[in-house]
Amino acid sequence: MAQTLGVITPQVMQVETPLTLSSGAVLPRYDLTYETYGQLNEDASNAILVCHALSGDHHVAGLDADNKPGWWDSYIGPGKPVDTNHFFVVCSNNLGGCRGSTGPASLNPETGKVYGPDFPIATCKDWVNSQYELQKHLKIPQWAALIGGSMGGMQVLQWAMDYPDQLRHALVIAAAPKLSAQNIAFNVVARRAIMSDPDFHEGRFLEHNTTPKQGLAQARMLGHLTYLSDDLMGTKFGRERREDALKYNYEVEFQIESYLNYQGEKFATKQNFDANTYLLMTKALDYFDPAAEFDHDLSKALACATAKFLVVSFTSDWRFSPERSHEIVKALLDNDTDVCYAEITSEHGHDAFLLPNEHYEGIFRAYMKRVLKDIPSQHDETKK
Amino acid sequence: MSQLTPEFKLISEWITPNSRVLDLGCGDGQLLKHLIDTYNVTGYGMEIDPHKNIQAIEKGLNVIQSDLNSHDLADYFDPNSFDYIIMTQALQVVSRPDQLLEDMLTIGKQIIVTFPNFGHWRNRAQLLLTGRMPQTDTLPYHWFDTPNIHMCTFKDFETLCEDKNIEIIARTVVNTEHRSSLGMRIAPNWLGEVALYKVQKK
Repeated sequence: MAQTLGVITPQVMQVETPLTLSSGAVLPRYDLTYETYGQLNEDASNAILVCHALSGDHHVAGLDADNKPGWWDSYIGPGKPVDTNHFFVVCSNNLGGCRGSTGPASLNPETGKVYGPDFPIATCKDWVNSQYELQKHLKIPQWAALIGGSMGGMQVLQWAMDYPDQLRHALVIAAAPKLSAQNIAFNVVARRAIMSDPDFHEGRFLEHNTTPKQGLAQARMLGHLTYLSDDLMGTKFGRERREDALKYNYEVEFQIESYLNYQGEKFATKQNFDANTYLLMTKALDYFDPAAEFDHDLSKALACATAKFLVVSFTSDWRFSPERSHEIVKALLDNDTDVCYAEITSEHGHDAFLLPNEHYEGIFRAYMKRVLKDIPSQHDETKK
Repeated sequence: MSQLTPEFKLISEWITPNSRVLDLGCGDGQLLKHLIDTYNVTGYGMEIDPHKNIQAIEKGLNVIQSDLNSHDLADYFDPNSFDYIIMTQALQVVSRPDQLLEDMLTIGKQIIVTFPNFGHWRNRAQLLLTGRMPQTDTLPYHWFDTPNIHMCTFKDFETLCEDKNIEIIARTVVNTEHRSSLGMRIAPNWLGEVALYKVQKK
């Protein structure tokens, strides 16, 4: 049994048929960049699609060309809860992203220039529609499971509502049925930071050969804050300063100050995240509200879902708190849907969904065994 | 699968096939799994313990991790959502058994509860003769570390039912081996160690 997935090469699906987005805008063509892990079985019944979070991408497991492990490598791989010895795992970069899928930093085929601010806002629904094209492209008749954390969890909910027949299981982790006013407010401040950077140039920064690094770094710092719990920041940084003596000026003194600066800097420069993508992703999150079309009744919205669900939340997550997951569970219970719910004790805030945790791993592993059992061909094999 | 405890066997006899069941404090899900496999029931389990949750998920059950003390059942379920709500050996550990009973009677048509009898003669004798809180096979804890914070006797429970207009449909009183005897039927509050009650709203 292989212990690691090794270096994974991303692949690209090129779609030359136009895609009409929720906004009414039409993308004449688009690329979706994705990675796969494990082997697709003969009847293509062991496929799992993973949906990424706000700043995530298709590199969910294994190593990339720079030997960087994927963002969920702790949970996906040989012998891991999402066991690639049994499952064929797919993860794609969302439309509007900046890691290979068509987005604001891509060339607009109609003008020959970078899209920039002209790239239409894509929504969660649009992401699901484009991923459905990927499903057909990979010739997968039905996903064994859809798995997503945070924004990815919302995307899984959207899948379960928009394409109920296309998935057997839905794993919705550290998510919410819609953003609260506070959630939106954080996104508003993040967008303001980016858009007020002098290098933003109304979104046409690439044409000016620059990027709004300061604004993007600030947006990331703010976002990062909402991923951590107060307790954890207290334990990790407390009021520690780099030097004992107070400086009585505005230079960086507190450790938390230096940590956040580093995180912002890394995101805006080293990781080279596209500022327009950040705007688009936060907006898509703000817009996500599947119950809105159903008299704001989530139970009605989820009535069509036929998948079995696992919902997971984390005790110290205040961005998408356990109460938000309760709303999802309640709506599923209203419909007598098969659902399991786990509330994981963790001090790591929203970030907990990415980190190793014994209880979380136990639940994840146990539930994935159920997903495996529900694979039709597996049953046939055991019958033989 | 491990063998079904006599208590679970007795409860199973009270369940109508194809009914809808909620098992509060379902543990590793042994009873619920048995009811699904044998009586074709549907439903959910609720359990606070993470490790038991994992075991219940492994059994293929729908289990909701939940604290019976902090969670209003009515938040999750509409009135009359279930034919039966089962709660084994948990009534005495929750913070307000009376309020939980009311919630259960709202969302379920019939309630099956089991709990240890504090009025058993051994408990009475220990308290009377030693002047200290009883420790028995059924109640092995010290007064300071017991999870059983709301002990009651069968008589107490039946008085509560009377006060709350709850009808007792069936009662089985057994010893720790879950066997019943003539004595237990004549003087349950003295000789019975564990009681199984099936109740509903009057």
